[in-house]
Amino acid sequence: MLGMILERIGMALGTMVFISVVCFSGLELMPGDACTIHLGRGASDSALANCRDRIGLDRPATTRFAEWSVNLVRGDLGVSAQRGKPITQIVKWRLRNTLILATVAALIGIPLALFLGVVSGLSRDGPADVSISSIAIFGMTVPEFISGTLMILIFSVTLNWATGIVLASYRAPALELLRASILPAATLTFILAAHILRMVRASIIEILQSEFVLMARLKGVPRRQIIWRHVVPNALLPAISVIGLTIAWLLGGVVIVESVFNYPGLGRLAVDAVADQDLPLVQAIALLFGAIYILVNLCSDLLAMALNPRLRSLRG
Amino acid sequence: MSASPILIVDDLTIGLDLAKGPKPHVIDAVSFALEPGGSIGIAGESGSGKSTLLLALMGVVRPGLTHLSGAVQFEGVPMLGQPDEALLALRGGRLALIPQNAAMAMTPTLRIGAQIDEALALHTSLTRAERKARVIDLLTLVHLPDPALMARRFPHELSGGQVQRAAIAMALAGDPVALLMDEPTTGLDVTTQLSLLELMGELQRDRGVAVVCVSHDLGVLAKLCQRLVVMYSGAMVEEGPTQTLLSQPSHPYTRALLASLPTLAHPGLPESILGRPPMPLALPEGCRFAPRCGLADASCQRLRPPLVEVAPGRRLACFHPVEGRLAEPVDQSVLDAGARPAPVLVVQDLCVVYGRARGLNRLFQRKAPAHVVKNVSFKLERGEVLGLVGESGSGKSTVLRAIAGIHPLANGTIVLATRGGPDRVLAPEMAERPLAQLKAIQMVFQNPESSLNPRHTVLDLLAQPLRLYGGLGAGALRDRAAALLDEVRLDASCLDRFPARLSGGERQRVAIARAFAAEPEVLLCDEITTALDVSVQAAVLKLVRDLARERDVATIFVSHDLAVVRAISDRIAVLSVGQIVEIGAADDVCRRPEHPYTQRLLGAVLETALP
Amino acid sequence: MSALTKTAAILREVLRQPSGLVGAVIFGGHVVVALLAPLIIPYDPAAQNVNAMMQAPSIVHWFGTDKLGRDVFSRTIMGGREAMLISTLSTVVAMVWGSALGISLAQIGGRTDALIMRCVDGLMSIPWILMVMLFVAVLGTGTASLIPILGFSYGLSVIYLARAAALDFVARDFILAAQARGQSRWTIVGRELFPNVRDSLAVQGAMQWSWIFLAVSSLSYLGMGVAPPTPDWGQMISDSRGIMQLAPWALIWPMVALSSLVIGMNLFVDAWAKTIGVDRAQRVPEA
Repeated sequence: MLGMILERIGMALGTMVFISVVCFSGLELMPGDACTIHLGRGASDSALANCRDRIGLDRPATTRFAEWSVNLVRGDLGVSAQRGKPITQIVKWRLRNTLILATVAALIGIPLALFLGVVSGLSRDGPADVSISSIAIFGMTVPEFISGTLMILIFSVTLNWATGIVLASYRAPALELLRASILPAATLTFILAAHILRMVRASIIEILQSEFVLMARLKGVPRRQIIWRHVVPNALLPAISVIGLTIAWLLGGVVIVESVFNYPGLGRLAVDAVADQDLPLVQAIALLFGAIYILVNLCSDLLAMALNPRLRSLRG
Repeated sequence: MSASPILIVDDLTIGLDLAKGPKPHVIDAVSFALEPGGSIGIAGESGSGKSTLLLALMGVVRPGLTHLSGAVQFEGVPMLGQPDEALLALRGGRLALIPQNAAMAMTPTLRIGAQIDEALALHTSLTRAERKARVIDLLTLVHLPDPALMARRFPHELSGGQVQRAAIAMALAGDPVALLMDEPTTGLDVTTQLSLLELMGELQRDRGVAVVCVSHDLGVLAKLCQRLVVMYSGAMVEEGPTQTLLSQPSHPYTRALLASLPTLAHPGLPESILGRPPMPLALPEGCRFAPRCGLADASCQRLRPPLVEVAPGRRLACFHPVEGRLAEPVDQSVLDAGARPAPVLVVQDLCVVYGRARGLNRLFQRKAPAHVVKNVSFKLERGEVLGLVGESGSGKSTVLRAIAGIHPLANGTIVLATRGGPDRVLAPEMAERPLAQLKAIQMVFQNPESSLNPRHTVLDLLAQPLRLYGGLGAGALRDRAAALLDEVRLDASCLDRFPARLSGGERQRVAIARAFAAEPEVLLCDEITTALDVSVQAAVLKLVRDLARERDVATIFVSHDLAVVRAISDRIAVLSVGQIVEIGAADDVCRRPEHPYTQRLLGAVLETALP
Repeated sequence: MSALTKTAAILREVLRQPSGLVGAVIFGGHVVVALLAPLIIPYDPAAQNVNAMMQAPSIVHWFGTDKLGRDVFSRTIMGGREAMLISTLSTVVAMVWGSALGISLAQIGGRTDALIMRCVDGLMSIPWILMVMLFVAVLGTGTASLIPILGFSYGLSVIYLARAAALDFVARDFILAAQARGQSRWTIVGRELFPNVRDSLAVQGAMQWSWIFLAVSSLSYLGMGVAPPTPDWGQMISDSRGIMQLAPWALIWPMVALSSLVIGMNLFVDAWAKTIGVDRAQRVPEA
């Protein structure tokens, strides 16, 4: 069992290393370097030289990679081409903000989705299911920016229940940010919950048709007991791994949602960085997101192993 | 003078719940009664409706089916048409079911002990501590080793036989007066099967539990049940005391069914029943068996024969009942003692190992690799059929795979003597063998659904080897394929059909035709009849036998069923835990076994007839 | 049955279901409008009119005008074309390379398969949008660069799906039988495996199209997708964010257009997947 855990952690670390290498070398292979891209084609030689000097592009690739990796481990993410400041400083606050948003969405969205998914699955094609599922399907098919814009239209512009665009600064205290971010959090929660809910529903429907549920019925187990003791635990198990994937998806959705609401997080920073063609910054953010994804996946895999008796006793 | 029956099935009819039009019957006017302490076996092949019947006895009708008429009563309580709440106390209590596939019928997230405890909590008034003790008692009763440990295990941690016993323990928790069993020994070894049936016998005797057992295996029913009900295509065709019915069956279907079963007592190739059972949507007007019955006349095709009592305790639904015992099949095994040509295949000290890692992975190897086949040696003579028999885990399929090169051998040699060519030592893996060697050895697999590409027509399937080995062009291909189909007694119209449109037996014939298309010298058959319906097996056996004889192809026939192997083989080799324990002429091995394992294996075979 | 009649039969069956019919009508409608767009529009979608900014819908401008005085109707009608074009071409790229690699990996198996899948897993750790943004940061936006970028990123998930679909069959005896006969590995991939996964891949292709379309629209929304002056729904929604209260029509019509297209496509694919028995839920949620 311990072996499996260590193996899983090792894999996560390996993946981390892999994407770092890919990120770094992939960009090395592109035409031009960070400075030519950032400053554009018409840049003067001196401007280029200055820029290169600032970022440190005048040394060979392998040295840079080694340094870069060591710095990464130490927590130093390099220097922004646009702003000239260390990236870690720029990213720190915004990382916090994005994590706040994502955590709120996950904390509310996941339990909500699990509950609604079970209800929806049990009442298959019934009134509860149809209403829950239609809204969920809408949230799943329509892109995040439309859901977000609709949220603003309905809740901010028409009903005036909450602020639409976030005006708080990126350094604002967490509480103020929370208050300002009701709608973006709601958007993320809505979409996250929609995905998870549908998956749980499908799982419940599948389990309801399984042999062991029939057997429980033939054993004289009352319906309520069948549902809570036999169906739900088995239906939720596969949901756990999907939750991991969906949270990871959340990271992608965050970029767009933050842009819709102008939320001062990592996602919006990335968009700005791309507009500036600030390669080191985009690279660093991509890596950060990748790291979070890997971490979340690792946790959900470990959780699944802990809860699923079949995975526990499979090997070793 | 018998006590009032505890289970009464009265004219039960269940049909497919189609939206439009008439609802075809899956179960048609079935009636019988179960006495307290009695036992009834329900015999039928696939499509006979037996599983639906069993569920209906518990009051369950699967979605897609609907209860049309008739009733089921258990101890006076009507079972069908009731909400689940009304039957909670009965189900799992006085009336319990032992499922067919126990591994899938136990909840994966609950421990075995917890599931049995659940049944106890629902149907007894024991305290928690008392229940805990009772769980151990029940597990001991079904002869599970180390019951305390078993109770803490999850279903997937138990073997097939063990989880089946656990399911029996769970069924017994509510102290039932009647047990329903659905194919209780499917997928189990003969020896496990025997001990399980002996357990059931014990329970019947000691506790006076009444039993309804559904199975396609007449041998199992013969051992377990006093009375037998034979079903065909949803209707009862015959009912009576088991021994009389099996020794003197009256209904043509029952007779044909029994005649198609290979037995050790009367060795020889059995006769199979031609054709296949009707589809529920295309039921014939009159007697359902008429299209396949040799005795059918015009009245059989127009009218349904009613179920009438022809003798006390004996009922029959047929216009032309048959008298007398069954004819014995002719022993066809031919063994001439004369000079034999050189063997076509020589296997020497074959060893196969599972789980051996390669290269770098060897550093991470945690479990020692398992020797699945140890020092197996034998010679395969030209034109003979060598039967390879053993239980699961004996390595019999692995030997075949090693010969085919699918699984590389770890040690030993296999020498192939092709006609008109030198002897060649076969490379361990098929990737290393030249085409000529691959051509010479052909294999037919167990499951025809899996061994035929669902997206290829029969013509495509046969064309593959013809093109690869024969280099035939398009025109010649079709003719040759048609000729092959003819040899396996299939119509040329099958050429353009997809496997999904063929029955299991027909698919297996296509697989055999495909193997023979390569004109091999050695044919390997891996449990080729196991996945087929009982009445169809005989035809496939005869086919393989005849073709092998005609074309002088040596055959190795693997099966766990000793009777089947006996019916087709000239010589038999018995495998146990990877080693050949006995090998000799079929007759000798079966009548005068020398090795204790062979004797045990023979003893465990369930026969429908007494020798 | 020839391939054509079989496709026709499946299509008939799909259209028999209400969701399939509705989806086909909506999606088909969009395609027709997009193809005929240049012939239908009353105004040049890029033409700005300072005198007619943010006008409510009227007989002159059926859907009103946006903040630069451009006719919203014309822009809405034309807004799907570029995105659909990019989506279609990207989908082709993604499906071709993704399924070729995925099916081959299923057959190759062993260490190569494990290694490559690890790499694919790793690459998929980066949310697609960031991967795209990385490429865009270097290569710039525009149709020409978007197609290979999207084709590559989405091809990764196609590898997953194609491999999973093929793995279902790789374990079956008919593959073993083909190997035992001596057929070459590529013959097996092409003749034995591919025909079995074809149907499921077709459904996946449609799903990928819809995912990629959403991606293009999202990128346009962020200013990294379809470049102005070509009208695009995502872009229109982003442009009109500021004037949401003053001229909601400039926002609502492109939203309706986009949503209806995607919902229509999803309904159709759902019905299609159900008809041929493919598990639609077997998709990797886009990261």
